[in-house]
Amino acid sequence: MKCTEFLQELTDYLDGKISENLKIELDEHLHWCKECHVVMNTTKKTIEIYRDNELYELPESLRSRLHDAIMTKCRGSKAGKKPTS
Amino acid sequence: METIQKKAEEGITSELALVQAAKKGDLEAFSELVRRYDRNVFRIAQHITHNEEDAQDVVQDAFLKAYQNLEQFQGNSKFYTWLVRIAVNEALMRLRKRRNDRTVSLDEDVETEDGSIPREVADWSPNPEQLYGTSELGDILKKTIQGLSPGFRTVFVLRDVEGLSTEETAEMLNLSVPAVKSRLLRARLQLRERLTRYFKNKKGGDGQQ
Repeated sequence: MKCTEFLQELTDYLDGKISENLKIELDEHLHWCKECHVVMNTTKKTIEIYRDNELYELPESLRSRLHDAIMTKCRGSKAGKKPTS
Repeated sequence: METIQKKAEEGITSELALVQAAKKGDLEAFSELVRRYDRNVFRIAQHITHNEEDAQDVVQDAFLKAYQNLEQFQGNSKFYTWLVRIAVNEALMRLRKRRNDRTVSLDEDVETEDGSIPREVADWSPNPEQLYGTSELGDILKKTIQGLSPGFRTVFVLRDVEGLSTEETAEMLNLSVPAVKSRLLRARLQLRERLTRYFKNKKGGDGQQ
């Protein structure tokens, strides 16, 4: 297996969505290819770091302001109906 | 009468029940739907627009549009899927306006090979969380994801940050499953490449790889 072939399967490999046979092939490639191992490892860390660090939290005060604004607009509208004007 | 069955199904159908009630004009039910998903919609909108003011507008407009178009929601998909689809479109529209650029779309830059072939092959050690304070790390992560094209970062955010499935992401973005997969792979590799530059450089000239 070439490194480019490994990379093509990287997303499915990390998501655990590959067949058992393909997984064996990919694991074997990882075993001897240090570069692909590092790429796999740091890609995994990339996903984890974005998943674990909440970048855009909605502060409670803003949240309640937005909620009020939404509900006021909805009240002036009608469910399931676009305003006619 | 139906009460027992209703109670038993509550866990599964509660979202649908809220939607049904909201369709009949029950604002309290719709308010509950807003509370359930406002944080997610805000986060997605921030990631796409990179502008807090725009993200706030997207949250408001997406929920209002959802409310006004509830009749069109058939219940074949999850309400959340349908809502995010509206929010993504609103966010892209805002981005276009701000950039004064009509070409901003989910198809932008799909042909680029940038970052798809790894060049930086250095491990991150120790973990970046140990090297940076939370806010400094947050700034790096924001800056890095902002460098991706809208199409790539939207797919990455839905799949990897929000944890949605490939199929759900495809449905939300009106893309095919292979198209989502290919964008996701490239988004992940581009982010990895750029973050490696940071996390490798942090060690400075101490010679470690």
